[in-house]
Amino acid sequence: MEALKECRANLVVNLHPSNAKNVETAVYRELSSLLFKFNEALDGVVLTYEPKFSSNLARILPGIHPYFGVRLEAKLLLFNPKPEMLLEGEVVKVGEQSIHIVVLGFSSAVIADEDIREDFKYKIKHGKEVFVSRSNKKHRIKVGTTLRFSVKNFDEEILHICGSLIPDNTGNIQWLETKAEESQAYRFANCEVSIHLFHSITPPHAFSDIAALQKRG
Amino acid sequence: MGMELHAEKAGCAEMEIAEITDSDLFKLVRHALKSALQGDPDQYEQLLRVMHPDEGVLPDVALLVTCLKALSGSVSCLDIVHHKSLIASILQMSMWNYGTDVMDALMEFNISLAASSGQYVDLCLEMLVSNFMPPDSFISLLNQPPGILQKGQVIDRVHSTLTYIAKLLPLSPLRLERMITERMPHIFTKEPNLVVGTLSSVLCSLLLEVPKFLATFPPPPPPPPSPSVQLILIYVENMLKLESGAIGDLVGRTMLVAIMDKLIDLDVDIAWDDILQEDFTKGIFDMELGDLEWPMDDGQQNGDELQISWMERYFSGNLNAQKLDSLIVLTFEHLNFCKESGRLSQVFHTLLQSFQQTVLMAYKSKFAQFVLFYACSLDPENCGRRFADTLFHKFKSSKYPEWRMSAVAYLASYLARAKFLPISFVAEYVESLLEWCSTYCSNQGGSINPKAHKEFYAGCQAMMYVLCFRMRSMLAIPRIRSRISKHIEDILRHPLSPLVVCLPSIVEEFLRLAKVTHLDVPDNFVSSNLLESELSMAFGGRERLDTFFPFDPCLLMKSDRFIRPNFVYWSMVRSSYDNDDDDDDEGTSDEDDIEICTAGNGINIPIDGAARSYDQDLDEFGNKMSKMSITPKVGQWGELQSGMRMPSSLRPCPDSL
Repeated sequence: MEALKECRANLVVNLHPSNAKNVETAVYRELSSLLFKFNEALDGVVLTYEPKFSSNLARILPGIHPYFGVRLEAKLLLFNPKPEMLLEGEVVKVGEQSIHIVVLGFSSAVIADEDIREDFKYKIKHGKEVFVSRSNKKHRIKVGTTLRFSVKNFDEEILHICGSLIPDNTGNIQWLETKAEESQAYRFANCEVSIHLFHSITPPHAFSDIAALQKRG
Repeated sequence: MGMELHAEKAGCAEMEIAEITDSDLFKLVRHALKSALQGDPDQYEQLLRVMHPDEGVLPDVALLVTCLKALSGSVSCLDIVHHKSLIASILQMSMWNYGTDVMDALMEFNISLAASSGQYVDLCLEMLVSNFMPPDSFISLLNQPPGILQKGQVIDRVHSTLTYIAKLLPLSPLRLERMITERMPHIFTKEPNLVVGTLSSVLCSLLLEVPKFLATFPPPPPPPPSPSVQLILIYVENMLKLESGAIGDLVGRTMLVAIMDKLIDLDVDIAWDDILQEDFTKGIFDMELGDLEWPMDDGQQNGDELQISWMERYFSGNLNAQKLDSLIVLTFEHLNFCKESGRLSQVFHTLLQSFQQTVLMAYKSKFAQFVLFYACSLDPENCGRRFADTLFHKFKSSKYPEWRMSAVAYLASYLARAKFLPISFVAEYVESLLEWCSTYCSNQGGSINPKAHKEFYAGCQAMMYVLCFRMRSMLAIPRIRSRISKHIEDILRHPLSPLVVCLPSIVEEFLRLAKVTHLDVPDNFVSSNLLESELSMAFGGRERLDTFFPFDPCLLMKSDRFIRPNFVYWSMVRSSYDNDDDDDDEGTSDEDDIEICTAGNGINIPIDGAARSYDQDLDEFGNKMSKMSITPKVGQWGELQSGMRMPSSLRPCPDSL
């Protein structure tokens, strides 16, 4: 997914002296406090961390409480959706005026009716709300569908995304991938036809002659 | 959703439409919202009047529901700045004032708004949390059937909405738990100004002033709790419902910890000084002075009535005591529910963590610890053992001596008072205490030094205190007897002299009982005849942890009904030892059947609190209150003079209430 990125950060974690006996646990606790919050310095929401301690030395800060700063390098997985990026998530609610999605199990997204392309029509089928494509009735969006959508904006405090289904490459992922496979298969089929044509034009011995020449060279 | 609108009811010229469809309505509302953004506020203001009618005008329910539903479908057109007044007027509506149709429409709007944009999430959650409690005007109805029905309807909707929002916004519970703890009613919350409430309190006070001849009639029902008590109760009820609800895994821990914090806040606010100033304590204290006669005038109430009237007077006057009592009862009921649903172990884990961080650290908590006691009584094998293990571990390995002393005081009081603990279980911990003390003795030399060896003296005192309650049952088992005998004499005869330093009242009682049960203990110890000595004060420190017995009988009347069936009162234990003495001296007494000690099964004390009436409970509560201290018989031990009044409480201060 586009919005995910991995980075390595050099961090200094300032710990209370009471943690001096168990530095690693204290560092993990501090790193945990970064989780699921947008961090401006890192420019993203921290999803995972993996600290690497390269030294057992720390710098003691002057002051009433001698906090000590532990230097470490952390491998972080960040989430930072930007406008126009494509995201994927699970549809949790479908209504005539909006579609609600949860991305990566923690971030909520909503697509308002004005951001749903005209191709999709709202229907109630067998008591369940669904958006069906007018151009291809197999393309449907309902609760449980894994949906690809583009980002309009991202609320960094609440981690809430406003999305859009206007671009053509958005919609039900299963349908989009089936469509992509079909078009790829179609391209393969065209390619094979052209190879067959090439074979028929070039006599087989011509290839062996070329190979023999290459060996000699 | 087709709906017919009557023009005269609607009161809106633009909405005088005989029949409109959903889509028409959405268009109308959207148009009104968009017009307001473009500088044409007419239709928007009409919409505003529907949500917030002028004073004296009753809202048109049908129109209100219709507009709310239309707004739910138009949340994407709302602007938090331009439509501030509309959003505020809706979110300030109290569900308690409306019927189910409006409630449903409000919740639908709330969900749509919360999920539409991040900027509305907190506002919507705050609206739901504010509906945990009824408006002031509704409080007087809370105990009446319509009020109870309305309460159920509101709370069910609020919680299902919170669950649905958590489904759409997975991080919303994080914000919710912070919001709930911040908005929890403060212990110093003032009483809401209620016309009805004031009247009812005046009526109650008038009823209390009726002449004596009216007392022959059935007593009036007890007055309802005060409004502030009702408000905090309903708020905590909601917190507990969240804890056991669909998002309990996410917010449950925070809810329980916040409730325990509130209990300890209320607990520490009730000072023992308040109780000391009451005349009642003098009365009960006098009654515990051995065989002394209670000085009663002809017109004076007897002791039990005095105690009950004191309790009523104290608790009716102390708002925080009422709150604490009601909240503890609510927590007990929740623990029962957790046990039935198989979640007690999980909940207990949180309670135990909270206990270690707050209750154990609080200065002489009086009541909050009974939550743990009750949870242990529901599952002694699991929770009961975990509690004792935690306390013993704290005693052995905490950083600070005060924490260790506090932990062992809890352990001793728990082992002594918990009726549900098998005697083998108690013996196990007494043996562990003995081993710890024995190891300490072998590693330490020197003589008496209360300050330097405070943990040791606390451990010895704890061991003796438990034995005062359980000695007979434990020594009935030869295996346990031999193990106890192995260490105890060495410890008591060590130069650190625990018998001299520990509380004299406990030491005396322990030695007396040891003599009765033929346990080998120093027999040349001379009693100081004091309730407490300078040495015991020295090892107890400024905090007086030497006189801290956290599970002494619970003073809170409602909570006591839950605790009593699982509680060992001193009167039950004392009577059996008294019988031994009587057997030696005078033969049998009429109290022979009070205690039946069964090896391996704990103390079997016949009390059936569940089947009794409230009045019986109250009477018995009063009786138990007067018999919970150890009273050495005059002339049996030491040099008690016949005319000497010896305060005989195990705890020398009114803590032993």
